[in-house]
Amino acid sequence: MSEEILFDCLHAEIVNYCLDSNKEHDLATLEYIGFTTGYRLIERLTREVSRFKDELETMKFICTDFWMLIYKKQVDNLRTNNHGMYVVQDKAFRFLTRISPGTKQLEHAPKFVAFTCGLVRGALSNLGINSTVTAEVQSIPACKFHIEVNRN
Amino acid sequence: MAFCIAVIGKDNAPLYLTTSDMEQELELQYHVNAALDVVEEKCLIGKGAPESKELYLGLLYSTENHKIYGFVTNTRVKFIVVIDSSNVALRENEVRAIFRNLHLLYTDAICNPFYIPGESLTSKKFDRAVQKLMSGTA
Repeated sequence: MSEEILFDCLHAEIVNYCLDSNKEHDLATLEYIGFTTGYRLIERLTREVSRFKDELETMKFICTDFWMLIYKKQVDNLRTNNHGMYVVQDKAFRFLTRISPGTKQLEHAPKFVAFTCGLVRGALSNLGINSTVTAEVQSIPACKFHIEVNRN
Repeated sequence: MAFCIAVIGKDNAPLYLTTSDMEQELELQYHVNAALDVVEEKCLIGKGAPESKELYLGLLYSTENHKIYGFVTNTRVKFIVVIDSSNVALRENEVRAIFRNLHLLYTDAICNPFYIPGESLTSKKFDRAVQKLMSGTA
């Protein structure tokens, strides 16, 4: 278990570092770090995996194997409208589980999900899916990720 | 044991190419470029077919002196290996092993934060390891 806490600590430090270095609370840097990480990481994670048939199969991989490797759990729900919109729901998102639930803490939630938005976008981008990923936190520690595939 | 090892990016831009014999480099490059069409075909036709699920594509085509093998990663990066036709000792399993090792080396090179995705691979470590792989001493 000890090695798992390291990732949490590293992530917390990255968040602090990114937000300290700019005053406008800009989450773009954090998202970009996630993007480059995801882009490189997916190459390694898909090494033993057979070729993906379509978009949905890729999404399933993200929700199961990818999530499992990074967050040590699978997502709780994946929904799609079959028109390029996917909603990934995680009821106990790893980076939010250590924050006490409350309305005051809720305003700090975005900075803990920005990295993951980038991570997912980067991974999908390297797999050939151009997307926009946004996150929604209504109550800690649950989190919803909206993945919108840009098909053009 | 291999004549030429090439890494081609997702947009078919060459990222890395090395040959064992400088004299033949141009000819080998030509073989690699020609192989890309076959790779594209293989990835397209077999959509949904079980054999297309594998990253290893097998023998792409052979000429009088060379055999050209291909491999495509999930991220559409292509690996092409050119092998001497007269070398009958080299089995399919060994070709697979070359690709597996090459993939390992490639993923390591990609994870280097100083490498910009899409640029050609200039890492010395990667180059040394591939040279070893090519001579069959890895």
